[in-house]
Amino acid sequence: MSSVRQEGKDKIIFVTKEDHETPSSAELVEEDPNDPYEERGLILSNGEINWNCPCLGGMASGPCGTEFKDAFACFHYSKEDVKGSDCLEQFRAMQECMQRYPELYPQEDEKSSSKTSQDSTEESGANSTSASEQDSNTSQPDTESTAES
Amino acid sequence: MLKCRTVWKKLAPLARSSSTLCRQNVKRTGLNNGRIPTCVPAANMSTGPGGLGGDNLKYTIMVGAACVGSLTYAYFLLKGDQKRYQERIEEITTRSQRSSKEEAATVQSEPPAVEATQTEAVPESVPEAAPSPEEPSPPAAPAEEPAAPAEAAAPSETTAPPPAADSTPASLKVPSHTPYLLIGGGTASFAAARSIRARDPGARVLIVTDEPDLPYMRPPLSKELWFSDDPSVTETLRFKQWNGKERSIYFQPPSFYINSEELASAENGGVAVLTGKKVVHMDVRGNKVKLDDDTEISYDKCLIATGGVPRNLQVIERAGEEVMKKTTLFRKIEDFKSLDSVSRNAKSITIIGGGFLGSELACALGRRSTESGLEVIQMFPEKGNMGKVLPEYLSNWTTEKVKREGVKVISEALVKSVTCKDDKLEIHLKDGRLVKTDHIVAAVGLEPNVDLAKSAGLEVDSDFGGYRVNAELQARSNIWVAGDAACFYDIRLGRRRVEHHDHAVVSGRLAGENMTGASKPYWHQSMFWSDLGPDVGYEAIGIVDSSLPTVGVFAKATAKDTPKAATEKSGTGIRSESETEDTATSPVASVTPLPPVAHKDDYGKGVIFYLRDKVVVGIILWNVFNRMPIARKIIKDGEEHADLNEVAKLFNIHED
Repeated sequence: MSSVRQEGKDKIIFVTKEDHETPSSAELVEEDPNDPYEERGLILSNGEINWNCPCLGGMASGPCGTEFKDAFACFHYSKEDVKGSDCLEQFRAMQECMQRYPELYPQEDEKSSSKTSQDSTEESGANSTSASEQDSNTSQPDTESTAES
Repeated sequence: MLKCRTVWKKLAPLARSSSTLCRQNVKRTGLNNGRIPTCVPAANMSTGPGGLGGDNLKYTIMVGAACVGSLTYAYFLLKGDQKRYQERIEEITTRSQRSSKEEAATVQSEPPAVEATQTEAVPESVPEAAPSPEEPSPPAAPAEEPAAPAEAAAPSETTAPPPAADSTPASLKVPSHTPYLLIGGGTASFAAARSIRARDPGARVLIVTDEPDLPYMRPPLSKELWFSDDPSVTETLRFKQWNGKERSIYFQPPSFYINSEELASAENGGVAVLTGKKVVHMDVRGNKVKLDDDTEISYDKCLIATGGVPRNLQVIERAGEEVMKKTTLFRKIEDFKSLDSVSRNAKSITIIGGGFLGSELACALGRRSTESGLEVIQMFPEKGNMGKVLPEYLSNWTTEKVKREGVKVISEALVKSVTCKDDKLEIHLKDGRLVKTDHIVAAVGLEPNVDLAKSAGLEVDSDFGGYRVNAELQARSNIWVAGDAACFYDIRLGRRRVEHHDHAVVSGRLAGENMTGASKPYWHQSMFWSDLGPDVGYEAIGIVDSSLPTVGVFAKATAKDTPKAATEKSGTGIRSESETEDTATSPVASVTPLPPVAHKDDYGKGVIFYLRDKVVVGIILWNVFNRMPIARKIIKDGEEHADLNEVAKLFNIHED
């Protein structure tokens, strides 16, 4: 059973696992998916790319930011069967740019998505969660956004 | 008073001897009005020593000379003391200027004092360079005014960049115009720069900072860097993250930035950082700022992210140069480097302050103490560590943990005075206790830097300090403020000023968004975290003030519920505990025994809610990780919950 103690203005409750097994009766307010104030994930509700998503790390803001944006936007809007196959030119330009800054863009792999996750781990020296980093395309930006520097 | 006493002591023997001689003469001459006899009638000579008229004369002359001599001596002594006193006062008020300049009394140190006086004295109409040569004499005089400490504090921000390094970039042309100007080169500024670049393609962003370093993150300076195995960590400034990957404290390597000369011409824009330059005057109507070297930069949009300066204790400031030399005010990279070297050489370090910084440094140094025999003392006025943040029962429990990290904790300690004796510092507490130590670290708060408020005509908040801005972080058109220096309106929690890393990131990013037209209010609640040793780690969000009523829901702890275990299990959330594991298994009793499972008072893990008018305004996740989104949601809702135990269920505290 849980025990309750009061020390002045502070209340202390000790609970066992069993105490907390029943589902919570606390009510949370429903989320508004179109809330303009909320932090957004990588893809906004109108389909556009949120370049300021912390999940991108510094990709969109660095020296190769323009090339990255061109390549990634092309990829995103690509309607080809092999998505992005019409964007080779932009990806090549991006890669060329990144090769000029090996310090910023370690040449381990070329895929932009794995680069972003790597880049974002590099830049988050703060508390962050690895699990949610993989969810960069979902609307779970909360922990990332606070983790990203 | 002391001077009088020393003077009197010096004079006393003389006075005594001359007075006895006087008295003897008086007796002999029969005079009793105390006047020194200049001429002794030979007839009244009795059985005095010698008993001859010549001797009497000699005595008289000696006495007279002695009195005159002693009076003259006393006069000069007092004069000298007064002069020394005056010099001392001047020295104190200009000390912060000098200490930051070290040996370099270069031209650069003159203009900051000059400009600082100018901002105080001259109204908005931009002063020309002409008045500045006249200013150097007034700064000496106003140095004695009470306004001086504020001005002294302003130049104290100019760290000691080797003047040589600054004078070579004199050839570095400072751009005369930049679309985005960010004043201050810290976390908030960098986050804003990134946000601007992401949203405004090809944006040209100029960061102006008075530090010599590129933007870096501060938390590792009091956490991870101290736990690094690398002996050259003070040079590399690299640390291991929670996921094992190493990184530098600098947000980006130098290649990320472009040179400020290239800013205007760069095809895709970029971020340029101007180091070692201080903005001393802001002309809001003309949309331009003036630097400490008299150059002007005009802007379209400006962000003020000047952060703050560590506060110092008055008793230390008054204690003199010897004490100041052995005191560290911890904030920047150079403070970390100097404290690191002090900790390797000193026998005893005392940390004054029981908040985040003080406790983290105490734990970091305490860990070092087990290897090196360093004595680490922490003293603060509250009853326990984090006394202003954690409810009392938890603060006490935490203090015990800190003590186990090797720290001698002195609580309820108010410092009365500090003196330097035999090259050791003596701290006198108000309750009579005396603490002897080699070095002091003062972690007693941050003074937000609002130097530009006067010239820019910006409002300063009287409750929280800092520039007063609205919910969108805007002070005036085209001027935003973010980070430690911003006192902003939080739609949920009210007006506040937050001094945490994540807030700097969140507010910097928001300011950047608003500078590029977003018009968003502060909405995404920032969080903060702290680790105190391997057993205590927490994340928190919102208003976490121990004066608020709290409800804490705790699970019975097992060995699995510590930051150590959390790192190993899920590789999440904790800052570099993985490598502290290695150091902790060395044959030193820093490993604490498992908390007794059945003990009632063991706060192994849980959730603490802080309430204001029955609404949850703050939450601490105590040794419980990865639940921040839930906490953020609860605060955002701002609902009244009848039973907080039910709310606590949402956190699943029994699971990892």
